[in-house]
Amino acid sequence: MTTAPPAAATREAYPHALLQLVEEGVDVVAIDADLSVSTMGYQFGEKHPDRWMTVGVAEANMVGIAAGLAACGKTAFIASFASFLPGRCFDQLRTSVSQPKGGLSVKAVASHGGITVGEDGASAQAIEDLALATSLISFDVVVPADFEEAKQAIVAVGKTPRPAYVRTGRPKVPALYGPDYRFEIGRASMLRPGRDVTVIACGILVDAALKAAEVLAGEGIDARVLNMATIKPIDREAVLSAGRETGAIVTAEEHQTHGGLGTAVARVLAAELPTPIEFVGVDRYGTSGKWDELLQYFELTPERLVVAAKMAIARKR
Amino acid sequence: MSKALAVSPASIEELQSLAKSVRSNIVRMVASAQSGHPGGSLSAVELGVALFWNHLRCDPERPDWPERDRFILSKGHATPFYYSLLAERGYFSTELLAAFRSLGSPLQGHPSMGAVPGVEMSSGSLGQGLSFAIGHAIAGRLDRRDYRCWVLMGDGELNEGQVWEAAMAVPHFGLGDRIIAMIDRNGIQNDGFADTIMKTHPAEMWRGFGWHVIECDGHDMAAVDQALSEAERPHDQPRCIVAHTVKGRGVSFMENNPGFHGKAPTAEQLETAIAEIERGLL
Repeated sequence: MTTAPPAAATREAYPHALLQLVEEGVDVVAIDADLSVSTMGYQFGEKHPDRWMTVGVAEANMVGIAAGLAACGKTAFIASFASFLPGRCFDQLRTSVSQPKGGLSVKAVASHGGITVGEDGASAQAIEDLALATSLISFDVVVPADFEEAKQAIVAVGKTPRPAYVRTGRPKVPALYGPDYRFEIGRASMLRPGRDVTVIACGILVDAALKAAEVLAGEGIDARVLNMATIKPIDREAVLSAGRETGAIVTAEEHQTHGGLGTAVARVLAAELPTPIEFVGVDRYGTSGKWDELLQYFELTPERLVVAAKMAIARKR
Repeated sequence: MSKALAVSPASIEELQSLAKSVRSNIVRMVASAQSGHPGGSLSAVELGVALFWNHLRCDPERPDWPERDRFILSKGHATPFYYSLLAERGYFSTELLAAFRSLGSPLQGHPSMGAVPGVEMSSGSLGQGLSFAIGHAIAGRLDRRDYRCWVLMGDGELNEGQVWEAAMAVPHFGLGDRIIAMIDRNGIQNDGFADTIMKTHPAEMWRGFGWHVIECDGHDMAAVDQALSEAERPHDQPRCIVAHTVKGRGVSFMENNPGFHGKAPTAEQLETAIAEIERGLL
C-alpha cells in the first residue's frame, strides 16, 4: 500500500499501519490526546472519522476509554508523546488495561521517544518510558528502528490480543529495511554478522551501531549488530547466541540504562551465560538542542559505541 | 430504547427485603475476612438493589450478553456490596461470599475483571470507571447496540482528576443516553469526613460539567427507584444521580463513622450488626 521514503520518521508509520489493519479487517478504534498532528493519528482520522477520536489533553481518560473499547472487542490504539504515555497514565495502563483478563487489547503507540524530540527540553524527553512499559506484565514492548519496521511492528501488535507499547521517534532516520523485511514480535534482526563483539541496539541507535561496526572493522574488530526491536519479550536465543559466539556485548538505547534494553539483555545473560556487557544510554535529564546535537551531547554516537565495544572486549576472560 | 428486563419489576417491599439480605452479606463477608470496606458498601445498597432488580438490563445466566447494560463499579473497594449484589441477583452462588478476600477465591478485595461473572472492570484504583464506560458506550454506538452503562462512584473518589476528564467527555461525545453516573454521597472518605479532607460540591460540579443532576435520599427505596427511572428518560444532558447516603447505613456503630470505612467488625459486633439489620430499626 505504501512505500517507505529513503528517510522517514518512525512516527510517520502510525497512520499507514492503522489503515492497513482496517483494510485487513481488524476492528480498530484509535484515540489521540490533542497531539494528533505530531503522532500523525489525525491522518487516520481523516480516512476513518468514525474510528478515530481525540479526547483533548486527557491521557488518563484516553487509556480508560481504550480499555472500555477493548472490553467490547475493539482493537484500541492510543497515541501521545512517550513523555506522557505511559508516564501520565501509568496507573490506568496497569489497572484498566494490563491486569484484566491477562491484558486487554489496547495498543499504545508513543511518538517522540527519547531525547531526539530535541528543542522541547527535559520534560518532553522520555527516558523512562521503556522502564515503565516493560514493567506492565501483559504488555509487549517494541522500539522500531525505521519506517518499514515501525509500520510492520504496529500492524503486528494490532493483530495480537495482548496490550502493547510501541515507541516511535520524531526525527527522520535512514531506511534499514525494504518491504521484503518481515518483522516478528520477539525476534531480533541481525544486520551484520560478527565474532568479536555484539552491539545490541534499538530505535535510532541501530544506525549508530552499524556505523560503529564499520569503524571497528577498520581496526580489525569484527562486530555483530543486532536490532533488538522487541524489548519484551526479549529474543533470548539471539542474546545467548551473541554471548556465546562473540563473548562481549554492548547495549545501545535512547533511554536510561535502568529498565530498558540493557536491563532486558543483562537479565538473560546474567542468568544463563554471564558475559561482559557495556551499557550505553541516557542516565541524566536532558536539555534543549537540535536532535542531532543532543545525540552528541549524550554521547549516543558511533564513537561512543566503538569505545564501549573495546571496553567489553577487554573484559573477556 | 427497548429495555426488556429479565424479570418483572420488584415492589418496593421486595427491594427492601433484598436490601436487608445484601446488608447482612456485607457485614458477614467483612467479618469473615477480617478486612474490607463495610462503610461504603452499606451506603450503596439501595442504589444497587433498585438498579439490579428494576433497571439494569441483564441476564445473570449470560454475563457476557453483548446487549446487556453495564454496571461499572468505579469505587472498587465496595466489593462486599458488589459481590453480594451479584450473588443475590444470581450471577454466582451466595456460598462463594464466605471466601471473600481469601487465598484461592476469585472474590479479591477489589474487583478483578474476568475472574467473577458480572464484574465488568478491574477497579480499586479510583477514578477510572467513567472513562471505561465511555469506551463501552462508544463501542455500543459503533456496533449499533442500545445498552446503557451505569457507573457508581464515591464522593471521595470525586477528588480524582480523571473523573472530570471523563465527565467533560460524556456530553462532548453525545453519550448522555448511554451513560448514567451515580454518586454515593456518603460524606466520608478514607481519612475522615469528606468536607475536611477535600471539600467537593458534587451536584454543582456535575452541573458545571454539563450534566443534569438528580438528587435523592439514597436510602429511601422508592425515591431511589424513581431517581433511576428519571435518569432513564431522554434528556438533552447526561444524567448524574447524587444519592445522599449515610456511610455504614443499617448498623448503628458503623453509621457515619469514618472508622468503619475499611475496618472489620469483631465477632460480637457482627452479632449486633446482623440483629440490627434484620430488625431494620435504622
